[in-house]
Amino acid sequence: MTHAIQVRGLTKRYSGVEAVAGIDLEIEQGEVFAILGPNGAGKSTTVEILEGYRKRDSGEVSVLGADPGRPTRQWRSRIGIVLQTNEDAPELTVREIMRLYATYYPSPRDPDDVIEMVGLTESAHKRVRQLSGGQRRRVDVALGVVGRPELLFLDEPTTGFDPESRRRFWDLISGLAHDGTTIVLTTHYLEEAETLADRVAVIAQGKIVALGDPATLGGRATAKARVSWAGGSTETDTPTKTVLELSERFEGEIPELAVVRPSLEDIYLRLIEPS
Amino acid sequence: MAETVETTGTPPAAVVSAPMPSTVRVGVARAVVETKMFFREKDAVVFTFAFPIVLLVLFGSIFAGDLEGTGVTVSQLYTAGLIGAGVMGAGFQSLGIGIATERQDGTLKRLAGTPMPPSAYFFGKVLVVLIIALLEVVILLAIGVTMYDLDLPSEVSKWVTFTWVFVLGVSGSALLGIAASSLPRSAKSAAAVISMPFVVLQFISGVFIPFTAMPPWLTNIASVFPLKWMCQGFRSVFLGDGGAALEAAKSYELDRVALVLTAWLIGGVVLCLTTFRWKNRRDG
Repeated sequence: MTHAIQVRGLTKRYSGVEAVAGIDLEIEQGEVFAILGPNGAGKSTTVEILEGYRKRDSGEVSVLGADPGRPTRQWRSRIGIVLQTNEDAPELTVREIMRLYATYYPSPRDPDDVIEMVGLTESAHKRVRQLSGGQRRRVDVALGVVGRPELLFLDEPTTGFDPESRRRFWDLISGLAHDGTTIVLTTHYLEEAETLADRVAVIAQGKIVALGDPATLGGRATAKARVSWAGGSTETDTPTKTVLELSERFEGEIPELAVVRPSLEDIYLRLIEPS
Repeated sequence: MAETVETTGTPPAAVVSAPMPSTVRVGVARAVVETKMFFREKDAVVFTFAFPIVLLVLFGSIFAGDLEGTGVTVSQLYTAGLIGAGVMGAGFQSLGIGIATERQDGTLKRLAGTPMPPSAYFFGKVLVVLIIALLEVVILLAIGVTMYDLDLPSEVSKWVTFTWVFVLGVSGSALLGIAASSLPRSAKSAAAVISMPFVVLQFISGVFIPFTAMPPWLTNIASVFPLKWMCQGFRSVFLGDGGAALEAAKSYELDRVALVLTAWLIGGVVLCLTTFRWKNRRDG
């Protein structure tokens, strides 16, 4: 296995407050990795250190084999970054800004191909300020991938999207991941992490409190299931048995039957509870 | 641990080994796009061009007449001075405020995350300012010639002087503006932080008030900054030898003009490369 990112004992303090308190992390090449955590948990600081935007206080960090604390042009050309909010270049058209950013990279994708990839071909001639919020976000992603990055950072990419735009956005990210791009994603949407990510890390108070497949994170797969029906509900390790018993009692169909495993959100909320 | 970290990427090897685009190429591409952006932002266009034009028409109308038998009219003096102030405004003021805004709206942070070389960004800005300033000079000269009997010099040597004063002065002002853009805490405060010292500088640099009317200590302060020397250089071009008598030194001192403007240009480059911030202060 080759690692796109390796982190050992990462720390960072701001005026005495420990924002990142010792994080260890390994992200494989081609992996989609989601970082979850409440605001102020150290998630953005961690990602900004990996992106080469911030200096760390201590720890070993390797991103695509180089130290992001000393970013070079060569290293930057292999990385794509989609930041949280941008209001830049309102007077440029989508095609103009894509072409401009393509000139920064040694081996860029064709700007028109990228515009098509993010579904903005119809709006390519429009000025950025005329676009909707969701369209602007797609421009941000397009600018992040125009340099043909091996590693793409996405910081809360779908905040403020309507459900349909979000699904289309997920398809776009899945497509990039399918082509072999390593993707590191921060998000507040648990569903997003569950849909896109191979693995999820939950950061709280500057530390990783859980790490793993979203389906099994925090003992989710083995947790008790809740079986509910018209008139009652119970938590059980053997939901099948419970359903069979209920079926007998109701002589066939069980009214309003539901069997629910704890959602990623349930697990997440339990994990980030201050201990 | 180090040996487990491998850097072989998914894209083909050719992608990794492709040469980095040159600073000049990126800088020119940025200048082209930024010029387009400038002319699409109508506020900035009006702000940059209208100010010196309005002042020229205003001063030219208020102060008519000759200056003590030198054959130079007051409005001619203002034309030369306002060309200096106008091109410095296009560099120092526009960039000082414009880049503070770019720092706030995320343009700079996004650029810092790309392999664009920082020097290409500065180079592009200087090119845009040269284009805009040249246009401004043409407009001011047209007004000077048509309304205030300004004679355009016919000697090639004068235009050579104009060219080097213009290029050195504008590039230096642009670099100073880029450096000064790091001073304001936010885009909102930028207009005040940048404009105030610039207005003061215009008053003490002989743009509005002749040096003969000013206390020496103010003239000494002005002599440190490039505007006084830029205006002096432009006066040598447009007022001719008759106007030299009006100078404090009774000469246009072109050698000193070249020296000070070059020093500011080099200082500006050093300041930009050492103090430029790509992020807001609160962004860490």
